[in-house]
Amino acid sequence: MSDATRAEICAVAVAEAFRGDGEILVSCFGTTAAVGARLARLTFEPDLLMTDGICSLLANVDPVSGEKPEPVVEGWTPFRGIFDLLWGGRRHVMMIASQIDRYGNQNFACIGEHAKPKAQLLGMRGAPGNTISHRTSYWIPNHSPKVFVEKVDVVSGVGYDRAAALGPQTSRFHDIHHVISNLGVFDFETPDHRMRLASLHSGVSVDEVVEKTGFELVIDENVPVTRAPTDEELQLIRQAIDPEGFLNKEVRS
Amino acid sequence: MDKRTTEAEAVAELRDGMTIGIGGWGSRRKPMSIVREILRSPVRDLTVVTYGGPDVGLLCKYGKVKRLVYGFVSLDSIPLEPHFRRARQEGAIPEVRELDEGMLQWGLYAAALRLPFLPTRAGLGTDVMQINPELQLVTSPYEDAEQLVAMPALGLDMAFIHMNRADMHGNGQYLGPDFYFDDLYCMAAKRRFMSCEKIIDTKNLLSEGTLHTLRINRTMVDGVIEAPGGAHFTECTPDYGRDEKFQSEYAATAKDPEAWEAFKAEYLDVSEIEYQEKVATR
Repeated sequence: MSDATRAEICAVAVAEAFRGDGEILVSCFGTTAAVGARLARLTFEPDLLMTDGICSLLANVDPVSGEKPEPVVEGWTPFRGIFDLLWGGRRHVMMIASQIDRYGNQNFACIGEHAKPKAQLLGMRGAPGNTISHRTSYWIPNHSPKVFVEKVDVVSGVGYDRAAALGPQTSRFHDIHHVISNLGVFDFETPDHRMRLASLHSGVSVDEVVEKTGFELVIDENVPVTRAPTDEELQLIRQAIDPEGFLNKEVRS
Repeated sequence: MDKRTTEAEAVAELRDGMTIGIGGWGSRRKPMSIVREILRSPVRDLTVVTYGGPDVGLLCKYGKVKRLVYGFVSLDSIPLEPHFRRARQEGAIPEVRELDEGMLQWGLYAAALRLPFLPTRAGLGTDVMQINPELQLVTSPYEDAEQLVAMPALGLDMAFIHMNRADMHGNGQYLGPDFYFDDLYCMAAKRRFMSCEKIIDTKNLLSEGTLHTLRINRTMVDGVIEAPGGAHFTECTPDYGRDEKFQSEYAATAKDPEAWEAFKAEYLDVSEIEYQEKVATR
């Protein structure tokens, strides 16, 4: 489809990050990530579990905007249940990152020195436990050299170099999967797990990505274009998941 | 045993330098009437252990906190507690012990079970290890020999929680969707005070909720405080939701010293009874 917005392309890239996950809990942060996860569940990953954002698991898909259907509750996940579940590994989280480096070390805790930060952000939250326990991806709606940095100020989410230093036993559940930004999809499918440009969203050039990335990416000779949404996917996004188009406010075309 | 008491009597037991745990989560079912009483007291140099919300923001604003042990400090609908944010950026909290959310639970659970630590992978490879220099590693004594974090027990001098219902003996009931970690705070503490929306007869404890909602039993509690609206302005479902308007007003005072002074005079330099009257007539 040629009339897909950039945000819709991102949502499909998010959905693709969950391909193959099967029957696990998906937790997402950010509007486009939420749309993408719902899209995966409504198409090729019907067994994914999702919460209502509080502590019910919903058997039906909760739209991001528009009229909410009556929730069909299929389970209960108080915070204590979530902690158990995530340490047990049956989860794929898509977190945000205020900073991320070439090995996928993530920071959303604070900017500057932790002892007296220039900007206190979210704090550690669950990032340390998530990243060492189960598959983690990142959604970054504003790709810039301030986000894709040489070195993060504080490490809240573990990257590949630090995981390797922990040894194979301790790091065996560490799995940073995809980083999806408004410009492209990135992965760590390289010999030393440095971040690679996996695909460019339609209309984005390699030069633009390089210019807006604060470290050297691994860039293959031929970088594919991110898969375009199908007609069915666009229909689901626009009619069932996000009829008011909130995702287009997060990522402008 | 009749354990009914008041916020003032509970807070009178606090001493400078004590370690306290505060139940709830973010801006949800926080024992705010007890927190307000702590603000009115002269106590200082507290170590505060909590999944923080406005309790932390207010205690920091009043300069009561020497050490903060936390996983986050949030107002939920406002992702970052603005008074906490300010205190952090000004370096006003002398000792900051920021943990992964799950580690905090583990520390409380270890203390509850009278264990010196519980092992976890959470924290490894992150700056949690640098921020908390006390953290030590432990090696599994079994064949795997895995290295893990030995999350130390977070023993508390006093714990404060807020429930929907309780009886006078210290049996407590939550009626909302989540019990959070309130039982663990109580089990981790030497002295335990539970406020509640309403004290009811023991025989009525099952009239509003199932057996499973009786998360707090009377071995966990030393004092019960009837505090209708005691969690305000945090949420206390199903009795009441979060007072978003009040919370926004509170949050805005972090940027405006005059607004803070006015807010303080109106809502904090007054008794709990006056506070509740003012809230009711807003």
